[in-house]
Amino acid sequence: MKALDLIRFAIGALVGHRLRTVLSVSGVAVGIAAVVALTALGEGARLYVTGEFEALGANILIVIPGRVETTGAMPFGGVTHDLTLEDVRAMRARVRHALRIAPLAMGTETVRYGGLSRSLPVIGTTSEFREVRRVTMGAGRFLPEGDMDQGGSQVVLGIKAAEELFGSANPLGRIVRIGEWRFRVIGVMAPRGRGLGFDFDDLVIIPVRTNLAMFNKTTLFRVFVEIDGADAMRVSERELEELMEARHRVRDVTVIAQDSVVESFSSILGAMTLALAGIASVSLAVAGIGIMNVMLVSVSERRTEIGLLRALGAGKGQILTVFLTEAIMLSGFGGLLGLVMGLGAVAVFVEIYPAFPATPPLWAIATAIAMSLGVGAVFGVWPARDAIRLDPIQALARR
Amino acid sequence: MIELRSLCRTYRMGSEDVHALANVTLSIKKGEHIAVVGPSGSGKSTLLNILGCLDRPTSGSYRFSGQEVAELGEVELSGLRQRWIGFVFQFFHLLPRLDAVGNVEVPMLFAGVEREERRRRARWALEAVGLEHRLRHKPEELSGGERQRVAIARSVVMGPRLLLADEPTGNLDRHSAEEIMDLIERMNAEGLTLIVVTHDPAIAQRAGRIVRLEDGRVVEGGPDIPPQS
Repeated sequence: MKALDLIRFAIGALVGHRLRTVLSVSGVAVGIAAVVALTALGEGARLYVTGEFEALGANILIVIPGRVETTGAMPFGGVTHDLTLEDVRAMRARVRHALRIAPLAMGTETVRYGGLSRSLPVIGTTSEFREVRRVTMGAGRFLPEGDMDQGGSQVVLGIKAAEELFGSANPLGRIVRIGEWRFRVIGVMAPRGRGLGFDFDDLVIIPVRTNLAMFNKTTLFRVFVEIDGADAMRVSERELEELMEARHRVRDVTVIAQDSVVESFSSILGAMTLALAGIASVSLAVAGIGIMNVMLVSVSERRTEIGLLRALGAGKGQILTVFLTEAIMLSGFGGLLGLVMGLGAVAVFVEIYPAFPATPPLWAIATAIAMSLGVGAVFGVWPARDAIRLDPIQALARR
Repeated sequence: MIELRSLCRTYRMGSEDVHALANVTLSIKKGEHIAVVGPSGSGKSTLLNILGCLDRPTSGSYRFSGQEVAELGEVELSGLRQRWIGFVFQFFHLLPRLDAVGNVEVPMLFAGVEREERRRRARWALEAVGLEHRLRHKPEELSGGERQRVAIARSVVMGPRLLLADEPTGNLDRHSAEEIMDLIERMNAEGLTLIVVTHDPAIAQRAGRIVRLEDGRVVEGGPDIPPQS
């Protein structure tokens, strides 16, 4: 039998049994669409989180006050020292591979301009924060360089904070009040969106010393240390730990390499994607059972057809080929349709949440297509295999 | 052309062996017209299956044109069926999705005949059964008699030597039945060997020889029993 004739014959059979075809195709399509959409969401979550971390910049060590330990008690009575600007100064002097060090202090305060006020996170840092967290400016400039102990009364606004307080007016050079303090707006950051707990668009940034004074604190929230190369990460991590231990006489800070955080998040979310794929493949299996049912229901009709083809001189192999072609076309078409449906759903989702990079991973698409073809072939051919063994004349003696 | 010698076909049903055909010896010459009769369960279907090379005997010999069928493999059997044997059934068994030409093309499809050649031969076969005005009609648009003509065109389009007809008129009115029998008898007269399985005594009487089966044995029309005059 010629390939083209085979395909034409199979198409004829599929078009001839329209209801059966539509049921099978839609079953497979829904299964594939589910796999594509769900893995796209999982992969999107992974890309989103890792992207957020990577936006911090490469080769970053994060120093956090307090020690993460499984044992409860601290040595020396559990005293935790503040993480201070003095510590930052020491890090500058002693960590050889430190390229930039950005302290970070946090608070929340009411920001006022004219008659408008807005309660916003107030971040205290230094000019180096700009490089370390890869801040891009929309207008004006970031905090000026200089001694971090100097303080100062400049403020940099997030884009949303600027819009809420100033509307369409130019905020540069204006004086805003944060709590009881007066600041001059020197810059507005470019839109960036939400990242790891902060909405970068809706906060204000002031010099770290001023921040600590404003909130009457001495301890920093974090210190970001950018290292000058990936090779030096391990050494620098140890240096930081030893330095802080020497200064505080206890190990009361935690140093995290950002890469390892990214890695663990990535692997957790990768596992989640896999789990979602597993859930989605259940629906694909259901689609397969659907195909099987449809094929089994029509088996009496197909028995006569198989018997007839046998009587007309078709070999068993030829008949199996016919059924296989039919089943593969059925599930292949369902797979394509499902792919289109799934990608469409993802496109709609991205349209609604543009920040979320939902893309189905290639391996998921490939696996889904392969699975749909497999499912179709197995469940489509299996009833035919049985029917071939039957007695053709007896099948043909019935209506 | 056909030589059956001590042919047996046994099925296993539970713990029992059922002898669908027991020790059948039968000789059919080229161009003969044979009617196979007998009550249901007498082995007619099994005989037809074996004659049509759809089933193999458990023991005994079946020679088709001098070729021992038992020696042939699955592919060769399919080829033999395709090339030399035509089937006609009580319920026509046309594929409802295909028109008359399409249905007649099916055996050629599996034989790998070129498309143009298939068209040509299908038309010729449909003209031969008097359906030149129904080439593009689907089975549902045809009468019972016309459907059976399409089926006959399909069975002879490969130019077979043997036509096996299983109750070919069982689903037709008297008039259509006459026409169909006339048609296949005309083909028989041109040299096609014809074996008709039937319940209908009137149809059976038209045959040159009646072979009667009972419990898997030939009780009339075999070599030991002289044929009815």
